Amino acid sequence: MAEALLEVSRLSRRFGAVDALKEVDFNVTAGEVHALIGPNGAGKTTFIHHVSGALQPDSGRIRFAGHDVTALSMHRRVSAGMARSYQITNIFPGLSALDNVALAVQGRNDAGSSFRFWRPVGREAALFDEAKGYLEQVGLQDKGGAAAGMLSHGEQRALELAMVLATRPKLLLLDEPMAGTGPEESARMVELIEQLARRVTILLVEHDMAAVFRLADRISVLVNGQLICTGTPDEVRNDAAVRRAYLGDHL
Amino acid sequence: MALYRAAPWQKPLSLALLLAALALPTALSALDQAFYIGFATRVLIFALAASSLNLVLGFGGMVSLGHAAFLGAGAYVAAICQQAGINEALIAFPLAMSVAGLFALVVGAVSLRTRGVYFIMITLAFAQMAYYLFVSARSWGGDDGLPLNGRMTLGGLPLASDDALFYAALLALVAAMALFGRLVDARFGRVLQAIRENETRMEALGYPVFRFRLVAFVLGGMVAGLAGALLANLTGLASPNLLQWTQSGTLLVMVIIGGVGYLYGGVVGAVILLMLEETLVGFTAHWHIVLGLLLLAVVLFAPRGVAALFGPARSDEHG
Amino acid sequence: MLQLILEQTLNGLQFGLMLFLLAAGLTLVFGIMDCINLAHGSLYMVGAYFVAAATQAADSFWIGLGVGVAGAAVLGLVLELTLFRRLYQRDHLSQVLATFALILIANEAVRAIWGPAALLLNPPEALAGPVEIGGFFYPAYRLLIIAVGMAVALLLYLLVARSRVGMWVRAGAANREITESLGINVRALFTAVFVFGAALCALAGGLLGPLLAVQVGMGESVLILAFVVIIIGGIGSIRGALVGSLIVGTVDTLGRALLPSLLRALLPADAASTLGPALASILIYLLMAAILFFKPQGLFPARA
Ligand SMILES: Nc1ncnc2c1ncn2[C@@H]1O[C@H](COP(=O)(O)OP(=O)(O)O)[C@@H](O)[C@H]1O
Ligand SMILES: [Mg+2]
Repeated sequence: MAEALLEVSRLSRRFGAVDALKEVDFNVTAGEVHALIGPNGAGKTTFIHHVSGALQPDSGRIRFAGHDVTALSMHRRVSAGMARSYQITNIFPGLSALDNVALAVQGRNDAGSSFRFWRPVGREAALFDEAKGYLEQVGLQDKGGAAAGMLSHGEQRALELAMVLATRPKLLLLDEPMAGTGPEESARMVELIEQLARRVTILLVEHDMAAVFRLADRISVLVNGQLICTGTPDEVRNDAAVRRAYLGDHL
Repeated sequence: MALYRAAPWQKPLSLALLLAALALPTALSALDQAFYIGFATRVLIFALAASSLNLVLGFGGMVSLGHAAFLGAGAYVAAICQQAGINEALIAFPLAMSVAGLFALVVGAVSLRTRGVYFIMITLAFAQMAYYLFVSARSWGGDDGLPLNGRMTLGGLPLASDDALFYAALLALVAAMALFGRLVDARFGRVLQAIRENETRMEALGYPVFRFRLVAFVLGGMVAGLAGALLANLTGLASPNLLQWTQSGTLLVMVIIGGVGYLYGGVVGAVILLMLEETLVGFTAHWHIVLGLLLLAVVLFAPRGVAALFGPARSDEHG
Repeated sequence: MLQLILEQTLNGLQFGLMLFLLAAGLTLVFGIMDCINLAHGSLYMVGAYFVAAATQAADSFWIGLGVGVAGAAVLGLVLELTLFRRLYQRDHLSQVLATFALILIANEAVRAIWGPAALLLNPPEALAGPVEIGGFFYPAYRLLIIAVGMAVALLLYLLVARSRVGMWVRAGAANREITESLGINVRALFTAVFVFGAALCALAGGLLGPLLAVQVGMGESVLILAFVVIIIGGIGSIRGALVGSLIVGTVDTLGRALLPSLLRALLPADAASTLGPALASILIYLLMAAILFFKPQGLFPARA
């Protein structure tokens, strides 16, 4: 088996009386698409928050690319090669789509320091050329000038993905990228993720089971903050505990 | 909000205004109104201070209610320098900027860990702490403040005449506006504005948000310190009143009246507020009531400030 | 020495309790409405003026206090209905600007009506002298303030911690949206809290009037102390406001009284005489910074 890119061990987190995560052991192998599924309120988003560094766990460790990142802040983990999308679209609504992506490009370590006070960004053609490339990848090449907030919901999801890609991550954390999009847009998103999967490791949280079973190399199931099963799609499909948790629907 | 972009007419207009400002002392003297040169200098200095706050507030989205502390620190450094025998502005002013910047670094390092109402109250409290510190510092004049014995020299040239000080203040303002104008369209300024728009997203794109904010806060503090040093030269006094939180409130009012996040918002606001004061004081001793009512009207009816009334200084397009 | 410490501790307690009257209303406005109100100190000032004026007119401190507090409550009601109600949804900057404008108006209006000189407010005659407690003399009026402060603090605590309205208020401070979705009339609740806060301001202003001068600008310095209290205690928390008030009140009072002589014992005379007052005046701010460093949300954060 290839080495683990992300290794989460015994991760726990309580919110008041709610055990949002209980001793979760989880890993993502380099190159795979690993789907994390589970009923609403299972703790999937909370898990992503902890992996990305938005929240700090009560206990447990997170290793990424061979380093312990548990104590690192979110932006350091991004520099180390993690990037995430949010369940609720998280972009700069007032900025143009192109500026949204250009900022993502600019934030990368290899794009040079952002503590530059004098040279107009307008003269940094490379920044915008690269940003246009990412817009094209997600099919937004014609929308670069539009304010991001004015795009359709599906386009905003695509834009966020373009921003995430522009950070050139080793590991993509996608929290329900299809949430709230129409069937056509969903289909395009699935295709897009399929293409991306050839180049980058993906941790995918998703409710659309058709998409999950098509995209995932491995699937983990989270219920009430506990990981009850990890395996290939077939293994998960046939797991008794999973069937019980889902009461037979979907699977 | 979108990223700031200068309107096309902004450059020619500011050049024209600069030319007018250059001619102002001569014109006022010719009209026998040389008294107003001092007033004009005051406007320039407050335009500088308000613009430094606009960087922090308008572009950085940090509602600091303690900015006058840096203004006051700059004024005191100038006065203390002179007391120590340093009468050269080329030494005293950079020193004032450094001390104010250092102070901003400390205040920012603590207060920028907090958000919203907390941040407002904490910056206010720190400024008040500085105020009490100077009030109780007897060797620096305590309540009465520390007077200057005449104005300093700038590169050997005396600033004693009103004209000279006016041009020095103008030079400082032009330099600061040139820096801010470039900065907001450079990488740093874009990051700063994007943080104002969506802090979480910036953090999730890998930006060390705290550091960018702190740098902007310190830069704003330094420029305010420069304004303070100039002000001490104008009024001949470093007074603890400069650090009072009402002074911070006044700077805030200037920025809001002028237009938060518009490059010239601070300048426009300083001009309007000080001219308003100058006019209203002639009519009524209770001009603050009029000012207060005007401010309420601005909040309720022109929430984006006066600069926002003039054309679209923002654009959603880029490159 | 011991007597001095005892006396100053009582002074600190008294000051802290008055701060609590101010901070209690303020922390709720901040916490529930997420609204910054710089003019809270102006309500305190105007309240003190109301009390002073009413006392002069009625020739009785108690009637004056009642009328003044009622007047401030009415003023608070008018302000809430006409202005603050529109500010709650606005950004913090607009709130700062609008309430700063209110300060300018209030200060100038008071100056126009009552003149620039401070007003004299005498304590009720029966309480003008000192009383003996445990072998030393302490002003009776200050004891009264302590008693009233404690009573109000207890009342507030019971109100917020035990009553149904208090439960709404706490819920509102912790999560406004959810409270709203439970069908509670948040608008009326806001108005009530604001008016109540204004009345408490006037009570503090009226009670402190005989000790401090009733003058223009008295609101601003006390406002900032109330801010420090709220920062230390945690926004939206009544318990935090009480603890913060007592900490700030005693530390500030004891610091000013004892620190200079303490430093004189430790340092050379001239160093002590420069450092003493300076250190004493910024003591609570240093304390605030230290608390913030370890607990950025204050001691008792209302929001988890
Ligand atoms: N900030 C928070 N405070 C309190 N409880 C939370 C918080 N975030 C999530 N929770 C709770 O944790 C549980 C898991 O939520 P979440 O991770 O959003 O689930 P999922 O993404 O799987 O639908 C839920 O019960 C939710 O109510
Ligand atoms: Mg979720």
